[in-house]
Amino acid sequence: MKKTTTMLAAAAGVLALSVSVASAEKLVIGLASEPTSLDPHFHNLGPNNAMSLHIFDRLINQDEKQRLMPGLAVSWEPIDDLTWEFKLREGVTFHDGSAFNADDVVCTVERAPDVPNSPASFGTYLKGKTAVKIDDYTVHFVTEEPYPLMGNDLSTVPIISDETGCSASTEDFNAGTAAIGTGPFMFESYTPGDSIVMSRNDGYWGDAPAWSEVEFRPLTSGPSRVAALLAGDVDMIAGVPTTDITTLEGNDEIQLSQGVSNRVIYLHMDQFRENSPFVTAKDGSEITNPLMDVRVRQAISMAINRDAIVERVMEGVAISAGQLLPEGFFGVSENLEPVAYDPEGAKALLAEAGYPDGFAMTIHGPNDRYINDAKIAEAIAQMLTRIGIETAVETMPRSVYFGRASRGSPDGLPEFSFILVGWGAGSGEASSPLKSLIHTHNADAGFGASNRGRHSDPEIDAVIEEALRTVDDAKRQDLLAKATEMAIENVAIIPTHFQVNTWAAKTGLRYIARTDEYTLAIGVVKD
Amino acid sequence: MTVFVIRRLMQAVLVVILMSVIVFFGVNVVGNPVDMLVSPDADQAEIQATIERLGLDRPILEQYWLFVKGALQGDLGNSFIFGEPALKLILQYMPATLELAFTSLILAIVFGIPLGLFAGLYPDQPVSKAIMAGSILGFSLPTFWVGLMMIILFAVELGWLPSTGRGDTAMFLGFETSLLTLDGLSHLLLPALNLALLNISLVIRLTRAGVREAMGQDYVKFARAKGLSTRRIIFVHVMKNIMIPVVTVLGLEFGSLIAFSVVTETIFAWPGMGKLLIDSILQLDRPVVVAYLMIIVLFFVIINLIVDILYSVLDPRVRLQDQGQ
Repeated sequence: MKKTTTMLAAAAGVLALSVSVASAEKLVIGLASEPTSLDPHFHNLGPNNAMSLHIFDRLINQDEKQRLMPGLAVSWEPIDDLTWEFKLREGVTFHDGSAFNADDVVCTVERAPDVPNSPASFGTYLKGKTAVKIDDYTVHFVTEEPYPLMGNDLSTVPIISDETGCSASTEDFNAGTAAIGTGPFMFESYTPGDSIVMSRNDGYWGDAPAWSEVEFRPLTSGPSRVAALLAGDVDMIAGVPTTDITTLEGNDEIQLSQGVSNRVIYLHMDQFRENSPFVTAKDGSEITNPLMDVRVRQAISMAINRDAIVERVMEGVAISAGQLLPEGFFGVSENLEPVAYDPEGAKALLAEAGYPDGFAMTIHGPNDRYINDAKIAEAIAQMLTRIGIETAVETMPRSVYFGRASRGSPDGLPEFSFILVGWGAGSGEASSPLKSLIHTHNADAGFGASNRGRHSDPEIDAVIEEALRTVDDAKRQDLLAKATEMAIENVAIIPTHFQVNTWAAKTGLRYIARTDEYTLAIGVVKD
Repeated sequence: MTVFVIRRLMQAVLVVILMSVIVFFGVNVVGNPVDMLVSPDADQAEIQATIERLGLDRPILEQYWLFVKGALQGDLGNSFIFGEPALKLILQYMPATLELAFTSLILAIVFGIPLGLFAGLYPDQPVSKAIMAGSILGFSLPTFWVGLMMIILFAVELGWLPSTGRGDTAMFLGFETSLLTLDGLSHLLLPALNLALLNISLVIRLTRAGVREAMGQDYVKFARAKGLSTRRIIFVHVMKNIMIPVVTVLGLEFGSLIAFSVVTETIFAWPGMGKLLIDSILQLDRPVVVAYLMIIVLFFVIINLIVDILYSVLDPRVRLQDQGQ
């Protein structure tokens, strides 16, 4: 019956020779986490960025694999060491009918890093860059040093209108009066905690969305989200709990979509303290930090049965990791495989390093941040105990965990010795984890901000820094891959697996899974 | 009466001051909100800037002093996450919770009192035994489980009611409410029933116990001897006496319904204060948590006052003047 209606509607559309042949259909999506604002520059946070993609375009879009695609800019290239030239798309209009041009870009770049009360600003991506209008459809981005990641950085910044947006407050955006972009959908209503409704922008410059209206509903409780889908109250949900995947697979009315994410789950080890607070001899006495020894780190990596974690803990919904990003991303190495499970070899290495009887330590991890995070920590502890490293497990809510993991010790240093964490590469390429997790911690230069193990190797640092200066894509790719290989060889970090995300929709609908974990209405297609 | 109210208000101020100390310091020793706020891509300088902007680098006593200074001027601080005044945020979510709590209170009375009355008057009937057995279930089953079961039964299997959300709302006296639209009511029914379940059971048990006790009292015997009809005895004389514990408990429970409907609101994705509170706790949005708890303290103080006044209406023996003075 539904299909007939759809076909009739579509037929009517064709008969009327309308420009848009898409039928008048409404899509309801159940979200796992709610955006905190509709101001696209207010909070640099996944759910907010995903939501703003509906109403606002970027100069450069990231496709479902986070490859850069022309957005409001049709081309971008460096014209000298310090200048990137962006050619803008002509003939694009905002939802209120005003034309898009270079003024909008310039004022966006001014507003985005500087929104009042913003908890996390876009300054992260815009600092050190100045936008200069050359003509209505040409903008130059000027930096003080050669900067290769211009495209990646600008693919995160939503463009607002200089007439309605740049002088508007966050409240104006939430009320809808300023939520005027060039994107595929137009603001209709926003009720915090309940719903966000948008309608199709029929004048969209890109592919017309298939949906005339989209409603997003934040359903933060996993079981309720699944129930809402089964009850038919929503057409699609994000963040399917792993425990429900098997049941939903057997349901004829539900179709699952899965895809690997840009998020690697990894272990950081204390490599900066002679005596690490959570590493002791088995009798509890203080010992020199064994994690300083690369052989011990190798042994730990070899003792972890990644396939078992993927199969048992993650119920098959994850991919074993041998580096910082899954294959297909810019900057990954082709030479790295997940470290093979080898408990005997691990024991031999421990003995060689002078710990034939092992030692004792504690693994710390969050219990509400990553898929099955606490269970993974428990599994790893068991695997390490098997090779003689008696490992206790302590997990805690992320609100407590991350603060302690980053600067919880009395002198403001990372508190723990051995931690489970995850990293999603927002830029969609390997410099993001290399810069934050592997490079020596250096507050002045902004490197190693999340290097909670404080691994430090000047040679790797030099390669990473060179990559961050290299504008030539092929050369940079090689440098990033090289830095990754060096880091893995030194066991600066132990990657365990890449998270795989699952969406579920009514049969007949399919979601094009995205590596950035975003849930977008334009990614929902009819089979 | 006036003296009583004034004295009660003074006590309330003391309670509020004490609570502000406990809540503020309690919330501020847990975790670090900065790590919940900044983007993972942020570097050390940005993290430091955020710490300073939120005032988290200041000594805790200074932070408390700033909070008190603001609170006295009606400013309970800005939400870290939404950047808006915490008070405004809570008030924005309040109508949804009030209507949910109010509806479930009505359900508790409408179901609880007649069922309890029946069970008390005819304790040996099988129906009464079924009512009492049901009330034990209502007590002991966890709210989140019952809520999910209700969704699965009424929304997924039978398809009679929507599973989650608030539905269409209509404006009434400047507030959005679901009570005035059919769609809104259908969304309201399941969560309200879920929230009311415990209180229905509570009221049933209180009423039954009260009725059983009262029916044996001299005044009932005397009323019978006087020739009053059973209806009059039950609905005028017995009811008046058993309502005192029921009103006390419902008054306190109404406070809990408003303050801690967290579980029900989360399961039914009801956009109320409870959901705001739990989200704020999870994300360490301290100003919202503190403001919320302060408001709840005020709520309880006011409800208790109202309950005390209701006492005197129901039972003239309870005098509100200060006794012993």
